[in-house]
Amino acid sequence: MLVFGFWTTKICNTRSTQQNRNVLFCLKKDPFPGEAPIPQKQLQKFQRGKKCKVPAGARERLKEAIAISEAMSEHAQKQAARYDLLLPEDAGFLEGDEDEDTNTISQADIADAVDITSGSKYFNLHLSQFGPYRLDYSRTGRNLLVGGKKGHVACIDWQTKDLKCEMNVMETVNDVKWLHTEAMFAVAQKRWLYIYDSKGVELHCVKKFNDVLRMQFLPYHFLLATASATGFLQYLDVSIGKEVAAICTKMGRLDVMAQNPHNAVIHLGHPNGTVSLWSPNQKESLVKMLCHRGAVRSLAVDKTGTYMVTSGLDRKLKVYDIRAFKPLHSCFLPAGASCLSLSQRGLLSAATGEIVQVYQNVLGSNPVSKPYMAHRLRGQIWGLAYCPFEDVLGIGHGEGFTSMIVPGAGEPNFDALDTNPYRSHKQRQEWEVKALLEKVQPELIGLDPGQLSKVDQASFEQRHKEQIEALGFDPLAKDKFKPKTKKKGRSSAGAIEKRKRKVAHEDQRDEIRQSVQERTEREKELKEKSNEKKLGNKSTLDRFRK
Amino acid sequence: MQNENLVQISFFNQLMLVHPRKKQNERSEASVQVSEYFVNAEGTGDKVNLSDLLGTVEKTSGASNKTKKQLRNLQSSKETLELPLNKQQTEKIQRGIAYEKTTAEVSCWKNIILQNQKAEQMVFPLNQESSGPKRVEQVVAGWKVQTPLEQEIFRLLHGSRQPVNDPVLTPVEEQSLKAMSLEEAKIRRAELQKARALQSYYEAKAKREKKIKSKKYHKVQNKAKRKDFLKQFDEMVKTNPEGALEELKKMELSRMEERMSLKHQNSGKWAKSKAIMAKYDDSARKAMQEQLQMNKDLTQKMVVPSDDEHESIEEGLETVPDFVNDPETVIDPVNPWMRGQLTHEEPEVSCVTAEEVQTAEEENEEEEIIGEFERKRKLRQADEEDLIPTEEERKKIQEDVSEFNTLFRLMRSEKTREGSNQTRGGLNTAGEEDEEGLLSEGQIRVRSIEDLEVLDEVVEPRAIEEPSAPQTAAAEATSEPPHKKKREINLKEVLTKEAKAVRLPFLPTVVDEEERDEQISIIKEAFAGDDVISDFIKDKSRQEAAGRPAVVDLTLPGWGEWGGVGLKPPRWKRKRFRIKTAPPPPRQDQKLPDVIISEKRTASVASHQVSQLPFPFQNTAQFESSIRTPIGSTWNTQTVVKNMTKPKVVTKLGAIIEPMVKEDFIKSKTTSAGDLVFLSNCPEKINFIIFFCCKP
Repeated sequence: MLVFGFWTTKICNTRSTQQNRNVLFCLKKDPFPGEAPIPQKQLQKFQRGKKCKVPAGARERLKEAIAISEAMSEHAQKQAARYDLLLPEDAGFLEGDEDEDTNTISQADIADAVDITSGSKYFNLHLSQFGPYRLDYSRTGRNLLVGGKKGHVACIDWQTKDLKCEMNVMETVNDVKWLHTEAMFAVAQKRWLYIYDSKGVELHCVKKFNDVLRMQFLPYHFLLATASATGFLQYLDVSIGKEVAAICTKMGRLDVMAQNPHNAVIHLGHPNGTVSLWSPNQKESLVKMLCHRGAVRSLAVDKTGTYMVTSGLDRKLKVYDIRAFKPLHSCFLPAGASCLSLSQRGLLSAATGEIVQVYQNVLGSNPVSKPYMAHRLRGQIWGLAYCPFEDVLGIGHGEGFTSMIVPGAGEPNFDALDTNPYRSHKQRQEWEVKALLEKVQPELIGLDPGQLSKVDQASFEQRHKEQIEALGFDPLAKDKFKPKTKKKGRSSAGAIEKRKRKVAHEDQRDEIRQSVQERTEREKELKEKSNEKKLGNKSTLDRFRK
Repeated sequence: MQNENLVQISFFNQLMLVHPRKKQNERSEASVQVSEYFVNAEGTGDKVNLSDLLGTVEKTSGASNKTKKQLRNLQSSKETLELPLNKQQTEKIQRGIAYEKTTAEVSCWKNIILQNQKAEQMVFPLNQESSGPKRVEQVVAGWKVQTPLEQEIFRLLHGSRQPVNDPVLTPVEEQSLKAMSLEEAKIRRAELQKARALQSYYEAKAKREKKIKSKKYHKVQNKAKRKDFLKQFDEMVKTNPEGALEELKKMELSRMEERMSLKHQNSGKWAKSKAIMAKYDDSARKAMQEQLQMNKDLTQKMVVPSDDEHESIEEGLETVPDFVNDPETVIDPVNPWMRGQLTHEEPEVSCVTAEEVQTAEEENEEEEIIGEFERKRKLRQADEEDLIPTEEERKKIQEDVSEFNTLFRLMRSEKTREGSNQTRGGLNTAGEEDEEGLLSEGQIRVRSIEDLEVLDEVVEPRAIEEPSAPQTAAAEATSEPPHKKKREINLKEVLTKEAKAVRLPFLPTVVDEEERDEQISIIKEAFAGDDVISDFIKDKSRQEAAGRPAVVDLTLPGWGEWGGVGLKPPRWKRKRFRIKTAPPPPRQDQKLPDVIISEKRTASVASHQVSQLPFPFQNTAQFESSIRTPIGSTWNTQTVVKNMTKPKVVTKLGAIIEPMVKEDFIKSKTTSAGDLVFLSNCPEKINFIIFFCCKP
């Protein structure tokens, strides 16, 4: 068994800069002229959208504007790619010996094999009294919040095992959630929603939010989204303490909830096998998709907002591409998955009865095979969450809490200006102010997060129409082709008409030409591929074979 | 004397006061003070002539000849002076001139203003010295050496002209690199001048020649050119065979173009008119024939010059009627590149076959026919040799061709009857046949009769079998499984999609009592809504129906017909008065059976979005792409953020922003004297410029 360091550091070969400087009167020549080249792959990583081409008959000002913006975005892309060098950390992974499955390796073995600090990340909290636990890690990954069904709530700095507060709210606890900082958390209790600070002092009892079963916090919008047993999806703006939206979903009890970190859309799972997507701006669901034949038991959306994983009562696990709303693949888990969680690097953990299984390479086209890791616990599992920026999976179950080591789960490089696990008190305060200033308004939540950078087409068209009416002509229209007058009787009415016909539908022709070209290229590629296949059977050395 | 005079004047004045109307007779005497009122021409009559006044000039010795001459000219000219323009007109002209002057003055600022408008950032005050570290020389410039030690050091430094602060070259070297000697520059300039002059001459000449409309002239010119070219080509064949090949290719291309075009085909307007005339006019006929001849010449295949003896035979073989080539033989899509190779190698093959056919001892019917062809061809060649065939000859040719056609058909029919490849089998060896098989994979262009045989035998069977294979291949390549439009959800596709059982390392243990209760509740919940799928389909169809625009019914029952309960308006009425609005754009979830996507437009974002295109952009795509890169520090490096968000105008705190001075920006350009003169005319400062520059 091999465990490769959690954050193995890359060793970069820097260009040797020690050049002899014995140049006196001869011309110095730079052996590496110009800027250091940037690998294409890195450039592609930071590419934003497609380049805009300057149209053929563009005005001077337009040309300049496009040129400037293009130059700027290229510069930004290049610089970002260059600075990518400053993210040197790499994700670790687990590798078994020959004929050894990684899922048979026990947590104790891993904890023994790795260094002490990493080993200490595997631990159990035996809390059998107030059983099954739900949990939440703070955004920086330093603090852990656990809430037992029977009212036990505690927050811990899990790395130092420093207990911040512990209390019993003397009521059923349905869910717990950190708010924007580790100074406040929300607890969904039997009747109302409560907000406590990190010392356990009750700050608010929000009576507008009743019978809350599940909660999600949208960090960039400062919104706490709650799903209740009465079928209401409510949004609470924690920065101003106002309810932003209350939507009656008319879908019955809502106990399956997830958020899409890419566009802040809330995903809800329903007993009729559908998953619905919600934003606070629309009273009806943005999208509703039928995922399972039975009820949906759990949901998870990956960090990039590309994939959604669902599990249902029909004991299926399905992976969807939520950009196209199409299923990628599904698999059958004999025990069914009651809880799902996706890590920052795309590891999927599924709680099947008492066993937690971790799958690798689930997101993508290749189907689910055997699990990457597995861990057995005592008691039913109620909560699963990966710790951000750590290779740790937190499991809340009937017997307490277990922290499990999963190499390769966490993102090794963190953005210190956004979520810094090592930030001081002062830095946190600073960050809070900045985050509040940069708060995204709830109106901007929608399926397409880039909506804001697009022109509002409907009102644009309306305005354009009005403009045409007022002016009597279309200011954006291309001017009609006017053939030049030619001498020697060549400008007869017929000849002019002919010349006009030559340029008529020129742009349409361009489009057609382009599409035809694309098609032929595609066909060519296909042909080449098939040719390759044909040739693939024969190699050049085949002729020597007997 | 003077006193006397004064007395007289006063006296006259008094007289005038007394008798104001009385004309005064004046004496004209030389005096210091001469009043204009007292001048008269009493003594000589009513008028004073110019000649009287100037007469003395001729005699005076001091006056120059030039003035004398001018005066004489003035005297002889009888014209009266023109009336001066009236005030309005003069002012208008002056205004015009003033306008032109000021525009010239102001427009010299145009460039700098444009430049400043375009500039991404303006820093005021302008022409600041750079704040960065300065070179030693710049700092030292105003500093005087004082102590003898300093003097010595400076003498050393400047004496050797060594680089002071690590420049790559010494100033001397730099200068020497930059400078070009005067003679050299002069020579270069002269060369350039000459070249330019030559070019302009040449251009003028070409233009002149191009304008000449005479057809004959151009004809002669072209002919000469062609001859010249041929000569050159012959030379090139010897000296530069590659270039010659290239030229040959060009010729081939031009031949192709000629063949494709309708030029010289006697199909134009002119040709048609000539054709009508041809019956009666000999010259018209001639012209037409000339045209045809031209066509023949131009479309004739160029022969690769070689010293082979086959050349003559080839030439003989080449003239085959065009209809032979008419049906395009099957293009092999698998390897179209074979085509080029074939055409390149084909003449050789044909030669071989021709030779062998000729030398073959077997005498059969074909042989006879070929012989006949030979004869005919020779005849025709003889005809073609005299360039202007007469009417009879043309007829003859036509007859020949028709005979040729019939012969050809006859031969084909015989060929099919025989349906064997005995001749080829007899003629070609096995190796050759192999080669033939390899070569005949592509399109074959037939140029000789011998080729025709080959075509018949080899290509035809291929033509049957070839197209089927690529078609199927293409079908395999391009066709995707046809997407059927389904209303119903295919269960296999949606829900039980290739579910794979996963092997577990641990099996789940027996469920506890508590869990069992929970499970039961879950199961109950699960089966609450029984048929999940049909519910979903219903939901979706309901949504679709809601999205469809309603039909407006404007039928008036009972209008123009019987009305009453249970009566339906007739069909024509329904057709006419039920207004259907245009269908909405297709739903996003049209092809996703298990998804409902809401078609509602979210108005919440709209208030934050841009709804008007900013100025230079012409469409939304351009604008959107121009703002696609975020400028925030979350997504960019610090330098990029600074660069992207830099202010348009920067002013230095406490510094006086002086208006722009002309010398500041023009100094780099001013070299000629004219500019300097112009500069002195310009106002020193223009205050309003600053506003133009600040405009964002």
